[in-house]
Amino acid sequence: MVGTVVLTLCHRSQLMHRTQAPQARPEIEEEKTSTATGKHDDSPHHTRGASRSATHRTGAGDPGSLAVRELLVISAGSGAAANASSGFGPGLKEVFGPAVEGTGPELIQLLTPEGERVEHPEFAFDEDDETIKSFYRDLVMTRRIDTEATALQRQGELGIWASLLGQEAAQIGSGRAMREQDFAFPTYREHGVAWCRGIDPLHLLGLFRGVDQGGWDPLADKFNLYTIVIGAQTLHATGYAMGLQRDGLIGTGDPDRDTAVIGYFGDGATSQGDVNEAFIWASVFNAPVVFFCQNNQWAISEPIERQSKIPLYQRALGFGFPGLRVDGNDVLAVYAVTKAALQRAREGSGPTFVEAYTYRMGAHTTSDDPTRYRVIDELEHWKLKDPIERVKAYLSRGGVADDAYYAEIEAEGDEMAARLRKGCLELPDPSPLDIFDQVYEEQTPELVAQREQFASYLASFEGGQS
Amino acid sequence: MTAITLAKGITLGLRAAMEADPKVIIMGEDVGKLGGVFRVTDGLQKDFGEDRVIDTPLAESGIIGTAVGLAMRGYRPVCEIQFDGFVYPAYDQIVSQVAKFHFRSHGRITMPIVIRIPFGGGIGAVEHHSESPEAYFAHTAGLKVVACSNPVDAYWMIQQAIVADDPIVFFEPKRRYWEKGELDEQVEPDPLFSSRVVRKGSDATVLAYGPMVKTALQAAAAAEVEGQQLEVIDLRTLSPLDMAPVHESARKTGRVVVVHEAPGNLGLGAEIAARVSEECFYSLEAPVLRVAGFDTPYPPSRIEEEYLPDLDRVLDAVDRSLAY
Repeated sequence: MVGTVVLTLCHRSQLMHRTQAPQARPEIEEEKTSTATGKHDDSPHHTRGASRSATHRTGAGDPGSLAVRELLVISAGSGAAANASSGFGPGLKEVFGPAVEGTGPELIQLLTPEGERVEHPEFAFDEDDETIKSFYRDLVMTRRIDTEATALQRQGELGIWASLLGQEAAQIGSGRAMREQDFAFPTYREHGVAWCRGIDPLHLLGLFRGVDQGGWDPLADKFNLYTIVIGAQTLHATGYAMGLQRDGLIGTGDPDRDTAVIGYFGDGATSQGDVNEAFIWASVFNAPVVFFCQNNQWAISEPIERQSKIPLYQRALGFGFPGLRVDGNDVLAVYAVTKAALQRAREGSGPTFVEAYTYRMGAHTTSDDPTRYRVIDELEHWKLKDPIERVKAYLSRGGVADDAYYAEIEAEGDEMAARLRKGCLELPDPSPLDIFDQVYEEQTPELVAQREQFASYLASFEGGQS
Repeated sequence: MTAITLAKGITLGLRAAMEADPKVIIMGEDVGKLGGVFRVTDGLQKDFGEDRVIDTPLAESGIIGTAVGLAMRGYRPVCEIQFDGFVYPAYDQIVSQVAKFHFRSHGRITMPIVIRIPFGGGIGAVEHHSESPEAYFAHTAGLKVVACSNPVDAYWMIQQAIVADDPIVFFEPKRRYWEKGELDEQVEPDPLFSSRVVRKGSDATVLAYGPMVKTALQAAAAAEVEGQQLEVIDLRTLSPLDMAPVHESARKTGRVVVVHEAPGNLGLGAEIAARVSEECFYSLEAPVLRVAGFDTPYPPSRIEEEYLPDLDRVLDAVDRSLAY
């Protein structure tokens, strides 16, 4: 008993020291050694049978015995990469690899941070350079919206703003991969996807200014209103996808008819019950939905390590559908992967989890202060992977675009920013009486009475509304 | 005229609604092959198929959350929450999404969702199977809340709720599921959002809904023996409240007693008492009294008969009102 307590508290190096002590069982010693050398070992020592027999040999079959408890602790310990199974299967790292490092071979990338096209065995970007040029425009314009909105907030014109800085490629790549008939369910940060869906950015400003909850027409624009509650929209996306199934809009082979849904969420949302329920629903009903997770590494102040011990995309398999990790700062890869996943959904092959591995370069919102919880070096590291710079480097290197083109986009951005600024300041406040009319489709006598009372009250002031 | 149980009334109402509109779908746990734990959806999956009567995974938030998406796609989901105490995992979706979509979208998105909840105690059940959570939902703008009390209302009200374009939480008195009534389809039903005087009287007014309507009527019958004429009103709609018949009765009798199983603190009775006092102050001979569940968690079932308002507790309140 005492030994167990010591084990759970001691540092990993101490743990290893302990297991290497003379009285330790040789199997464990070997496993720790293989971990220390960083090797993945398929030797029989790591099979269930081997561990079980080890337990028997040491005469420690009683689950309450110290020896078995040591094994359990090693297997479950967060720092322990050991695959000591003891009937509990292999260690997490052996199966999933490291949780947080996004640069492994599983990362789908088609455009390097230096702007060089690279091949991937499964996914290819099959559009032309003109398309990439148009991506560049979308990326720059989206960042310009973000810059202008942040400035407007700083000047007191918006109550708050949720910046997407750094996530432009994840949003433009996925947004552009949608077909006109597809439907997106955003969080509150999908300004780039909104741009791709043709939503006037002024509507986004209106929401954060507080004149409404987003003034676009979600059904006509095929872009739901922003959802503030974390993860709730993934269930709506799944339900909508189930509706598409019932409407016969899946798997007909008609590219203008077959429809898919894309549900956006972040790394923090993957801890939400709703998101996990959405995965289950989509899986068992084979719903045509792409779960698009922008893993921007931070849920306000909480790092990804607080949400998951395994890479997020690996979770999908446990729910029964494929998961992919794409370089979220690579607009070409995001586009290619999302396009394929959406097509899979349209064809009736069910859901896909796409983890866009990216970074929130700004604060969570304008109310946040990231200097309290993360180091500046991290930001500098990610600046080298900037989603826009790599596209510009590619376009320049191949002579696809020149300074005149960049200047043209820059000017277009400035023009839009000026329009947004002017439009934002001119957004009319809603009437306080309007709120009574929007609660129900069939108005209630109670609200009619409340509205009348409030109107009379307002009218009782000099110059009051009536 | 057909004799039906309250549960059968809902079954028939669901069937009629599904026949009338192919967009009506049923979702819930065990609603398909089993027909629901109370057999309310019995036979519907067999006749309407698995696409329209959906056995869902066991996750209430998922039931309501996916119903939202289906509603956005033009469907009219009727969601069954298996028991009152199981609705809370779905509370966020109901309160933050279902109730808010119309407002958030300026009416561009409607949520014609019905959330059926068997509620109330008296069936000897374990914890979480006997609660009365209606006040949580009546308090939320964007939702409408109704409760049926008899087989005929059950038949009509479920159909009216499904046709309505606003989200409705539909409370069914589970301990009255097996009580019978005569359904005559030729008789025009009352509007959904209306209260109804179910017994005329002049000495005091007793207000009730759901399972307590029968209790109130029993109390009125007992009071008559003692020479008191109680007027009983079945509220039927809890949000919006239909206060006109209540005010009319209060002005006539001057004495009002509200009865519900839910705890008294901030329950429907509190709101009704406030409104009656605001509108009928000069007609009242006594303060509005409440007969309610106590402000405790629902008790173990061996003592639930003590916890639940019954005939005697209603008459005790009536006596106190008359003694003012």
